Amino acid sequence: MLHQPAHKAGSVERLEAEPVNAARQRRPLYEKRRKIFPKRAEGRFRRFKWLVMLVTLSIYYLTPWIRWDRGAHAPDQAVLIDLGARRFYFFFIEIWPQEFFFVAGLLVMAGFGLFLVTSAVGRAWCGYACPQTVWVDLFLVIERFIEGDRNARMRLDAGPWTLDKIRKRVAKHSIWLVIGVVTGGAWIFYFADAPTLLKSFVALQAAPAAYMTVATLTATTYVFGGLMREQVCTYMCPWPRIQAAMLDENSLVVTYKDWRGETRSRHAKKAAAAGEAVGDCVDCNACVAVCPMGIDIRDGQQLECITCALCIDACDGVMDKLGRERGLISYATLSDYAANMALATNGGATAIDTRRVRGANGAFVDGIRHFDWRIIFRPRVLVYFGIWVLVGLGLLYALVSRDRLELNVLHDRNPQYVVESDGSVRNGYMIKLLNMIPEQRRITLTLEGMPSAQMRIAGQGDGRSFLVAIDPDKVTSLKVFVTIPKAKLPEAEQGFSFKAEDPSSHERDVYRANFNQPAAAK
Amino acid sequence: MADEHKHVDEVSGVETTGHEWDGIRELNNPMPRWWLYSFYATIIWAIGYAIAYPSWPMLTEATRGVLGYSSRAEVTAELSDAKAAQAGNVERIASDKIEDIMADPELRQFAISAGASAFKVNCAQCHGSGAAGGKGFPNLNDDEWLWGGKPEEIYQTIAHGIRHAGDGETRVSEMPAFGDMLAPEEIRATAAYVASLTGTPSSPALVEPGKQVFADNCASCHGADAKGSREFGAPNLADAIWLKGEGEQAIIDQMRLPKHGVMPAWLQRIGDPVVKELAIFVHSLGGGE
Ligand code: SF4
Ligand code: SF4
Repeated sequence: MLHQPAHKAGSVERLEAEPVNAARQRRPLYEKRRKIFPKRAEGRFRRFKWLVMLVTLSIYYLTPWIRWDRGAHAPDQAVLIDLGARRFYFFFIEIWPQEFFFVAGLLVMAGFGLFLVTSAVGRAWCGYACPQTVWVDLFLVIERFIEGDRNARMRLDAGPWTLDKIRKRVAKHSIWLVIGVVTGGAWIFYFADAPTLLKSFVALQAAPAAYMTVATLTATTYVFGGLMREQVCTYMCPWPRIQAAMLDENSLVVTYKDWRGETRSRHAKKAAAAGEAVGDCVDCNACVAVCPMGIDIRDGQQLECITCALCIDACDGVMDKLGRERGLISYATLSDYAANMALATNGGATAIDTRRVRGANGAFVDGIRHFDWRIIFRPRVLVYFGIWVLVGLGLLYALVSRDRLELNVLHDRNPQYVVESDGSVRNGYMIKLLNMIPEQRRITLTLEGMPSAQMRIAGQGDGRSFLVAIDPDKVTSLKVFVTIPKAKLPEAEQGFSFKAEDPSSHERDVYRANFNQPAAAK
Repeated sequence: MADEHKHVDEVSGVETTGHEWDGIRELNNPMPRWWLYSFYATIIWAIGYAIAYPSWPMLTEATRGVLGYSSRAEVTAELSDAKAAQAGNVERIASDKIEDIMADPELRQFAISAGASAFKVNCAQCHGSGAAGGKGFPNLNDDEWLWGGKPEEIYQTIAHGIRHAGDGETRVSEMPAFGDMLAPEEIRATAAYVASLTGTPSSPALVEPGKQVFADNCASCHGADAKGSREFGAPNLADAIWLKGEGEQAIIDQMRLPKHGVMPAWLQRIGDPVVKELAIFVHSLGGGE
């Protein structure tokens, strides 16, 4: 039934396309999934989506292969999450575990970025950039390449299992699986040196976790992108629900303009001649045929719609052929839509009558509201933008002002102090010097305050300042003893400071420490 | 309920289960297929798991499972892995001299860490978890050493113990009970003299006679200057550290009826490498010489 030959209506091809779920016939929740065979769309949104796909997939697959020279003491991979050494490298930025708030901040920015985009231009994330959308698109390219476009695919699907069908299906699923392996493979390269890992992976010598990860991601890519497709968006993904809460009457959503499309008619000329009100929609079903979600946008806003805008392309093509204005389906706000509907129905008093929206010369009357880009800059969007920018500036400030030399001190607590044979009192400290750049450094460690105190580092004797070599990109631990002679006890100063300073860059960090002494000496 | 024709709900057009509560009927909607298949998959998984892994409790133990997995064996394997990873260092500690170990910063650090954990198991009971000791139990952090604070000397002390019967090389010394040999006044005078070396005695008049008693009876072990002798494990009495307690009364008590600490010999019990690790650890605490 689905593959009935298409009718011809003038120059416009009329397709038999039944939406998987329609207002006139709601699908029961427990019904078996109806297969969707999206037709190839052409137009400016489709071209834009090819571009987005190219860019996003290239970023994903190629990023781990970018090299970035950091010298001898750090890896030369531009983007690397080194879980073993607990370092995150991103081009010129190196993040230590305690700086993970940068990543948290980026996630906060990503969240507000989504709010921002959604309130401004609707579910653009879903329609263009979401991995699910991008990979389904990629899988559909393969499917079309092997099995042909919509009609051929529907014929093949309904037909018997011939040798040709088996050949095509095997080819399609094999290529899908290969894409899955490459996708999972690209993921693991973010976590280890990519060329080395690739070699050991192929030689079957990589860590089991690598193979497990690739296997899991191959499976999810294949199942989500090839088999489940629109069901992931409709049933599994929480975003449609959350994003719906961020849309308001001024958000851009893909809209079918009933007020100029209705009454749809396949025999427009005849109907118009009979004096009936005829809309622009010729009921060709092109919009339904291209929809990857299998819905009919003419039923109005629907949860399933990912605003991929392919139906806009399809309908614009039809309108071009008919010589009418494009945009019967287009991005529009609900408030414009409602105003125009009120005009077309005389405030809801009558059915839609396109004669109210078009003047005698066929042009739209002045009362019709068209999209005004200024509506994007409304308070809600500006607030999201403001927060997004603030978080971004905060992160930027934190990034340029952060320390690359850090000093942490652990004061011995057991024993709290030691009385030496000459009656002096000694405290022990574990000093941790964090050299957060991949270069060997010599820093001075100095005691500030408590003028009578002396510092001792094993093997270096006594003093109040030492030159210490610290390893590149590492934490260097030093056991330090601080002693106050008996004559100077009790020490009145409550505390003192350790100061670490790089004499060449003057980068420094100061740690305020305490000195414990016997109660009797206080 | 047993009727042939199932009741069909008018609104939804779905069959009901036939159960009814006050007019409310339960729709007999099928399970979503993905849910049903997941459920079957868990059953198959459970069967496979029960065959592969220990699962069914029997009278004495659970079934073993064909893979022969046990968490105890896993721990054993992990432990032997850890041992294997340390093997190189442990071997070097066993074969090298202490001074050579100390000269290699990495090996020294390994020995200190290993010594720290051995200390917690074997030594902390007397010397405390921070090695700060207590009355009668020496503080190992400070720079006073009864029997010497060089790594080799510390090794010797740990290996053979102090006054440990049954070890020929154990460190031995015994302070006589002066309560039987000296008059109480003499003992009090000696205590006053010893106290005067580092502080103010209770009665300055006793210091001079005490000095004489000390020279006659004590200087042979503690030295004429009372700075002690490591040969006899005789403590320095002219410093700030008092193993048996501070003050004249504590000195009097120790003179009259001395208490002698005993430390076990560890070499036979924990072996040479661990004793080396302990010696290096104790030496690193801050007082090592
Ligand atoms: S209705 Fe249009 S915009 Fe929405 S998912 Fe379908 S094709 Fe994309
Ligand atoms: S809305 Fe456009 S594409 Fe869809 S049926 Fe009408 S004319 Fe065709």
